[in-house]
Amino acid sequence: MISTVLFFLFAGVAISCGVSMVVHRNPLYSAVSLIGVFVALACLYVTLAAPFIAVTQILVYAGAIMVLVIFVIMLLNLDEDKPLDRLRYLYFVGGGLGVALLAQTFFIYYAVLKTPKPDFDASTTVGNTMSIGTAMYTEYLLPVEIVGVMLLMAIIGAVMLVRKSEQSRLDAVSGQNVEEK
Amino acid sequence: MQPGLESYLALSGILFTIGAVGVVYKRNAIGMFMCIELMLNAVNLTFVAFSRFYADVSGQLFVFMVMSVAAAEAAVGLGIIIAFFRNRISVDVDDASILKF
Repeated sequence: MISTVLFFLFAGVAISCGVSMVVHRNPLYSAVSLIGVFVALACLYVTLAAPFIAVTQILVYAGAIMVLVIFVIMLLNLDEDKPLDRLRYLYFVGGGLGVALLAQTFFIYYAVLKTPKPDFDASTTVGNTMSIGTAMYTEYLLPVEIVGVMLLMAIIGAVMLVRKSEQSRLDAVSGQNVEEK
Repeated sequence: MQPGLESYLALSGILFTIGAVGVVYKRNAIGMFMCIELMLNAVNLTFVAFSRFYADVSGQLFVFMVMSVAAAEAAVGLGIIIAFFRNRISVDVDDASILKF
């Protein structure tokens, strides 16, 4: 009973924060709404008996990624998003996409509701830090190594991308200047 | 009485829909980036729900992988956005048009 109430509470928070992220035109409001989604999802992970993933969600998403995003928003001093005026057909594209995905969601809901349930063991220890660490460094060692190499590549790539050069290559290619705009 | 697997999958599908529609509707590159993060989180919720209901730890391992990919994507994506802003004084994706026919 209590877990059902918690599920609907956090699901409502997640969905309303997600909608508010899309609806807000100010990027900073969108970012703060997205942090609400992340926190609600972390609470849902706790109700799914995955405390390690919940803490990682808060640390990595709400702590690291969103700080980076908000830092960039404030650094660039962005204006509010303009409404779609040039590409009006995007309203139909987005609406059609949303309807299709929602229909698929309801189909999956009823399909899973009809299938027989697996044996559910409420006292399982899957999800605590020890079982995750054991699996990570024995069975899934190679993927973890690959992820480490990928993070190194991302660090080097980010530094290369934002490095200041003498003349911007994009300007040289396009022959267009910022002042002309 | 815990809500079943289908409830979590439905929530995940709804969040993915919001993210996908947001990518189409936003013109701001950072807004699109945040919508992609929302879609990644919806997939993570699916992984954790399956991991819980089938008592298999692999799902949570792959949530960890998805988070690493999201962190790398944040670093590189925001680097691209800053490099684009230096050239165009804008993060509007309609201004990124020099590859257009």
